[in-house]
Amino acid sequence: MSRSAGQDGRLAVLTTRTRLEERLIFAALERHGVPYVQVDDRTVVEPLRGAPRIRHRAVLNRIMSHTRSRYAAAILEAAGHRVLNPAHVIETCGDKILTSLALVRAGIPTPETVVALTPDAAVDAIEELGYPAVLKPAVGSWGRLLSKVNDRDAAETLVEHKQSLRNPSHTVFYVQEFVDKPGRDIRLIVLGDEVVAGVYRRSDHWITNTARGATTERLELTPDLVKLGARAAAAVGGGMLAVDLVERASGELLVTEINHTMEFHGLAEVVDVDLADLIVAHVREVLRS
Amino acid sequence: MTTTVSSTCPDCTEVVPAASDLRVTSIVVCPACQAELEVVDLDPVEYALAPEIEEDFGE
Repeated sequence: MSRSAGQDGRLAVLTTRTRLEERLIFAALERHGVPYVQVDDRTVVEPLRGAPRIRHRAVLNRIMSHTRSRYAAAILEAAGHRVLNPAHVIETCGDKILTSLALVRAGIPTPETVVALTPDAAVDAIEELGYPAVLKPAVGSWGRLLSKVNDRDAAETLVEHKQSLRNPSHTVFYVQEFVDKPGRDIRLIVLGDEVVAGVYRRSDHWITNTARGATTERLELTPDLVKLGARAAAAVGGGMLAVDLVERASGELLVTEINHTMEFHGLAEVVDVDLADLIVAHVREVLRS
Repeated sequence: MTTTVSSTCPDCTEVVPAASDLRVTSIVVCPACQAELEVVDLDPVEYALAPEIEEDFGE
């Protein structure tokens, strides 16, 4: 049965929760005079054939679940919406294996990484990199379920525990060299092809994620950082992205991951720019293009 | 427009004040039991226990 779409000329902002970031973005949209409607992702029901239920001006995707985010973006794009970020960018950035492949393909420096597709191969993969090694879930965020593996005993135990979860996503092993960074990592915010802000995230723990208690410090954007951040963002398809990097003791910069629905509450405390304002300005620019 | 400025925590029944800039889907923390609460209505303000963070939640 064919249906005509309801018209809504406003920007749809897809959300899971109204966090500080979303509140700041809503306030910036209002300052810029951009009409918008907040859409709770739990209410989204879309037909795959024919017109969308509601035709929006565009869609700003702030969904917190990677799975929901990538499907929502794909479905709404298929219905003719412009979605920020695009579905293919979400798909790449939300999966560390796909992100690493994109970085390697583009010649971006990144920690040595191996992937094992079964638990049986996982210990071999870890030993190939050497100890300590870091195991990360291919899909996941906020520093959760990261494991630093210091020896073969720990590797065997961890692999067995992951296998017992009986979840296919936990029996593919993303194994990375442990980079002995100087108590901090770097987050760069990239909008389009421009690196607009950056911070250090400092922690005494080897996991330097603000969701795990890391604090943010002011960072001077050097030409090297700006160039690398822009190249890394382009490697995964570009858009509104947070590029995370670590430094080797030698000072070499390595890109570790790229986030597609960036959080910036910690960063906003120490940078001089208004990130929500810049995000909205970027959205307006994209919609004009 | 919000007509009430507080409601009770569905977990511990303590009164939880509502800030003026709350929206539906905003998250507040109960000052008594520290439960994460989701704003599910504004007129009047109503809280529910916030959905659990799922494994694939993040950035």
